[in-house]
Amino acid sequence: MFRKLETRDIEALSAITGRDYVSVRDEIHPDYTHDEMTHYGCFDPELVIQPGCTEEVSQILAYADQEHLPVTTRGAGTGLCGGCVPIYGGIVLSMMRMNKILEIDEQTMNAVLQPGVLLMEIIEEAANHNLLYAPDPGEKSASVGGNVMTNAGGMRAVKYGVTRDYVRGLEVVLADGSVLTLGGKTSKNSSGYSLKDLIVGSEGTLAVVTKITMKLLPKPRAMTSLLIPFTTLKDALTLVPKIMRLPAVATTIEFMEKEVIQDAQDYLGKDFPNKEFNAYLIVSYSANTPEEMQAMIHDCAELALQEGAEDVFISDTEERQSSIWDARGAFLEAIKNSTTQMDECDVVVDIDKVADFCQFARDLSIQENIRIRSFGHAGDGNLHIYVLKDALSEEEWQKKVVRCMDALYAKAAAMKGQVSGEHGIGHAKRDYLKQSLDPEQIELMKRIKAAFDPNGILNPGKVIG
Amino acid sequence: MNIVVCVKQVPATQKVEVDPVTGVLKRDGIETKMNPYDLYAMETALQIRKKTGAKIHVITMGPPAAKAVLQEAFALGADEGWLLTDRKFAGADVLATSYTIASGIRQIDHVDLILCGKQTTDGDTAQVGPEMAEVLGIPHISWVTELIDADDQALIVKQDLTEVEAVARIPYPCLITVEKGIFQPNLPSYKRAKEAADNPIHTLSAAQCRTLDPSRIGLSGSPTQVERIFTPTHDVKTMRLDGPEAESAAKLVAILKEDKMWEEENA
Repeated sequence: MFRKLETRDIEALSAITGRDYVSVRDEIHPDYTHDEMTHYGCFDPELVIQPGCTEEVSQILAYADQEHLPVTTRGAGTGLCGGCVPIYGGIVLSMMRMNKILEIDEQTMNAVLQPGVLLMEIIEEAANHNLLYAPDPGEKSASVGGNVMTNAGGMRAVKYGVTRDYVRGLEVVLADGSVLTLGGKTSKNSSGYSLKDLIVGSEGTLAVVTKITMKLLPKPRAMTSLLIPFTTLKDALTLVPKIMRLPAVATTIEFMEKEVIQDAQDYLGKDFPNKEFNAYLIVSYSANTPEEMQAMIHDCAELALQEGAEDVFISDTEERQSSIWDARGAFLEAIKNSTTQMDECDVVVDIDKVADFCQFARDLSIQENIRIRSFGHAGDGNLHIYVLKDALSEEEWQKKVVRCMDALYAKAAAMKGQVSGEHGIGHAKRDYLKQSLDPEQIELMKRIKAAFDPNGILNPGKVIG
Repeated sequence: MNIVVCVKQVPATQKVEVDPVTGVLKRDGIETKMNPYDLYAMETALQIRKKTGAKIHVITMGPPAAKAVLQEAFALGADEGWLLTDRKFAGADVLATSYTIASGIRQIDHVDLILCGKQTTDGDTAQVGPEMAEVLGIPHISWVTELIDADDQALIVKQDLTEVEAVARIPYPCLITVEKGIFQPNLPSYKRAKEAADNPIHTLSAAQCRTLDPSRIGLSGSPTQVERIFTPTHDVKTMRLDGPEAESAAKLVAILKEDKMWEEENA
């Protein structure tokens, strides 16, 4: 459906950025063939180009559109469903040279960023201005552009929401090379269709983002986490809706099991502060005075103990926070490290159904005789479930993993959940998305895609492609 | 068996200002926490208690508000608290501090083992532990990185002496100071804190410490003269070496040699 790139294409594209920022064939680093999930396959780009400004992005897209060449936009490559992988070859447009924090506007509390800025960089820069970059996805080496494109969620979504809730303005380049400015620094906007919100979460299928204006918040003075142990995961998860009803809104409610903590300990070579119990919740609060924090801790701890928690441990200093959050932050890598291959399911269900879903995954693990690990955001119903290959033969693995994934997505659908809470669809979850939405909805999405990208050059084969 | 863990309340942040006139840390109004190294001493005590059933006393010197650090120790598992608080203790250097805390420990019956963190994060001298042992006339081992064994007679510990490690059996009564990482400290427990609401905290003034020589405490008992305390200036210079790798590497070596950060044996 797309022709192969020719020498004239390489020359034309090199003329835009300079040859130094173009790589072809052997010059292309193997990292560009995949994201974090090699399980979904590796695909070779024919050319990787790194634009340095919006004008260059515009010229690249105009050329690709005219020549009908596929363009897959890529950030830091930390995605988990193949969103940035060029399944039809063609051009990979790496945004990582456009990595400047253009402005921290303290007056209006906005950050203006190029898409290649890393999450860890904007978090730190905002903190230097005593401001909070509220979205908190676990992968801090992800790019902000990638976060916007997948509408990344993260651990603080319980209180602060997800990436979309903080995007106030975007500069985007459409497939034909035209540049649009959507929204701005203003906090409200009822002016016509919100194209900006269509772009957020579109995984590079509608436009290429070249500038992002993000809302910042005042930084809370203190953050304390409670590590709450339980005899069973069910007990832990059953408590979550009750914690949500307390007057103080928790910033984070995560769940984890002993086995995953053990994986993280092995991976980091660092002990978790408590490992006597089978299941844990981490509940975090942010506050501005010690009294306010004490009241929050008291309410949550009393409720937890009353509802059968084994204890409530308090993490109130930098060292203590790092002892639990370093482990939590390493879960994905630790699980990956503990096996030979894995597939992941990022479904989201109602918060009162998380316990049932986890039990389902546990039963499935026994039934299929395969190791399944899970952890996730109990406070917003977003689960991360990993099916692990371990020593299974390739043939057996393929059979089992498909059966497990089909069963997990079917269960989520039966619970009226969604296919992806925060990782996106990419090409890996397309079929499951298709199954979960009405045909009319898919058709409408296709018409939107065609309106933005009539020649279908932007990230073909992804989301609904 | 009785273990005494020495703890100190320190500023919870690294951004503590120094009074430019007096050179004293401005402690008023800033949040405090238990000295991070003391958490390792506390966890070591808890591990020894698992093997020996020892009682854990925790002692601190400070203003009345330092009671909070003893309550935190209760939430970690300590049984009984001792708070040395008296205006006469103020202005103590390491020698007077060691003498004062040692005098406080003398008020506790049948102490077998004293545990300290290697150092505090505000004073950073790492001297108070060993000096207390000298005052009390008991053996001590600093920089303990591993507790190999413990019973009701002695400890077997590993000590890190930078270039060598030493393993020693040390009979009670004795004092050890422990390194970061000897154990992963548990977090304070809300449940235990509630249960420990009535745990005794004994307040000790200078007059209440039997055997204490008033001339050896506070400012008058401190031979150290602090000339000036100042915040060190940070001087970070960023340099970028462009060009071919071999050329940049040679430039880098030349710069490092010039700054005396390169020895020929490294080459």
